[in-house]
Amino acid sequence: MRRYITRQLVQLVVVIIGISLLAFSILHVIGDPVLLLLPQNAGKEEYERYNKILGLDQPVYVQYWKFVSRAVVGDFGKSWYTSTPAFSLVLERMPPTLYLTFAGLGAAMLIALPLGILAALKRHSFVDTLCTMLAVAGQAVPIFWLGIMLIIVFAVRLKALPASGYGTWQHFLMPAFSLGTFLAPITMRLVRSGVIEVMNMEYIKTARAKGVAERMVVIKHAFRNACIPVITVVGLQFGQLLGGAIVTETVFAWPGVATLTVESIRNQDFPVVQCAVVLLALVIVTVNLIVDVIVGLIDPRIRVGG
Amino acid sequence: MKAASGGMGAAVAPDDLERGGGLPAETRGSLRRLWRLKWGVAAAALMLAIVGTTVLAPWLAPHDPIAVNIRLRLAPPAWMDGGASKHLLGTDQVGRDLLSRVIYGGRVSLLVGVAAVLLSATIGVPLGLTAGYFGPRVDWIIMTLINVMLTFPFVLLALAVIAVLGPSLPNMIAVLGAAGWPIYARVVRAETLSIRERDFVVASRALGMGHLRIIFRQILPNLVSAVVVIATLQVAQVIILESFLSFLGLGIQPPTPAWGNMLGEGRVYMLTSWWIAAFPGLAIFVTTLVINLMGNALRDWLDPHMKL
Repeated sequence: MRRYITRQLVQLVVVIIGISLLAFSILHVIGDPVLLLLPQNAGKEEYERYNKILGLDQPVYVQYWKFVSRAVVGDFGKSWYTSTPAFSLVLERMPPTLYLTFAGLGAAMLIALPLGILAALKRHSFVDTLCTMLAVAGQAVPIFWLGIMLIIVFAVRLKALPASGYGTWQHFLMPAFSLGTFLAPITMRLVRSGVIEVMNMEYIKTARAKGVAERMVVIKHAFRNACIPVITVVGLQFGQLLGGAIVTETVFAWPGVATLTVESIRNQDFPVVQCAVVLLALVIVTVNLIVDVIVGLIDPRIRVGG
Repeated sequence: MKAASGGMGAAVAPDDLERGGGLPAETRGSLRRLWRLKWGVAAAALMLAIVGTTVLAPWLAPHDPIAVNIRLRLAPPAWMDGGASKHLLGTDQVGRDLLSRVIYGGRVSLLVGVAAVLLSATIGVPLGLTAGYFGPRVDWIIMTLINVMLTFPFVLLALAVIAVLGPSLPNMIAVLGAAGWPIYARVVRAETLSIRERDFVVASRALGMGHLRIIFRQILPNLVSAVVVIATLQVAQVIILESFLSFLGLGIQPPTPAWGNMLGEGRVYMLTSWWIAAFPGLAIFVTTLVINLMGNALRDWLDPHMKL
């Protein structure tokens, strides 16, 4: 187990270095910060002066080193717009984003687990077909459109739920559901095929032969073992789920990192964008590591084979 | 790989195609296979209709998509109270015909989707081949690159780059294309790793065939079906992403009609005029649904054992 975790940690470090390179080059290689910062009619002298102030006259590797050594201690520079440190701006907005992501995860599980088990137990029935159709539709529907349609129906027409914002549990319902539909289809399929596979195993027959109630067979024996691939895939999909949360936030005016990022992009406030990109990526990497360790603990085959 | 597609019978319930009994066995077999793909075939037909409509937009659209008519602004769809029969799906906030804009809007989405996917495959397939064929050291570098890219949410990366480059059609294709390659590289690498050890490749190597020749003549042809399936499914993903960027105002700029920016404009008026946001979104939904169905059918047809 220790070797497995060490290997995962080494990979984590490499990925983090990669992320820092990517985040650095988005602003410094693809774009020119000075051009983005100065008004369009600024002269050449102005340009040179700012180039010097921002340290952009130095070689790229020196700039990268400065960026990294500051980033390690949480210094991503000040926001060009509000002059407050970018790090604290982004950190402040992190909790709502994480709450939304986990609420979406919860919603996806609430939809996917019962439907997946049901579809597996009633295989090739009408219910199964209906679940498959729902999954296919769920995979194709754009979150941002679904969100707007939900707002039109439940907030504008029925006046049952708040259209946007953050605070009470009612505010969570529509965003969590929109985000949930993003992850539910793939989870449902996995649960379905997992349960079907497990139900044919010998130990299920044994359990039945011992006279265990069918409900207990499904819940305790089949479902538990069908969960391993689900945990793995959900872990792998966490990054995409966070990406989905970004989309959801912008629709429901959710005060999270994504809304901040989009605002900062509109204001051309690049330190904040850079900081948000790095921090979100770090969250994803950490979650992936945790999932890897959990899966390694549950299923010994993985940590040996890897 | 292809031979496997016939041997699926056991897993599928007896088909409704028993009535084909009088036909020769071979025709019956292929008819049965086609019947199993009925959803895929229907989807392909619908996709052809969507592509045809966007290509023929200048002849099919009832109005000029950017012609403004302030007197008829925010008119509801024709079947509702106050709807004008001239404008089947109603008009937007400056009186432009929504149906015509939806028809023209498809052009951007399909163009970006196909172009970006071609770009991604062009980057991803060679990288995957290299990683899979040339052993652990190169493999490690490319796999790390893939892991870094996959860690980043696709959306975030696209947002950040577009923010620096500025929104335009070529930038959009470049960004979405450059961000999408890891999925091709990962699948191609995995396939290459297993094909490389197969007898026919080992034999070619023993006979003294060069590496490039083995890659292009022996391995690549065996990867085509996997790449085609991913590419098809990716077109849908790219269309959704392009629409989202345009929805945020970071993609195709108005007044050029695109499903995403129409949705973004419609959102402002959703309190009073739901149709402005509803129809372009429906167009995105139907298009991605049809492409996904096509991709799934294509996968079942080319190789039912493919794990994607």
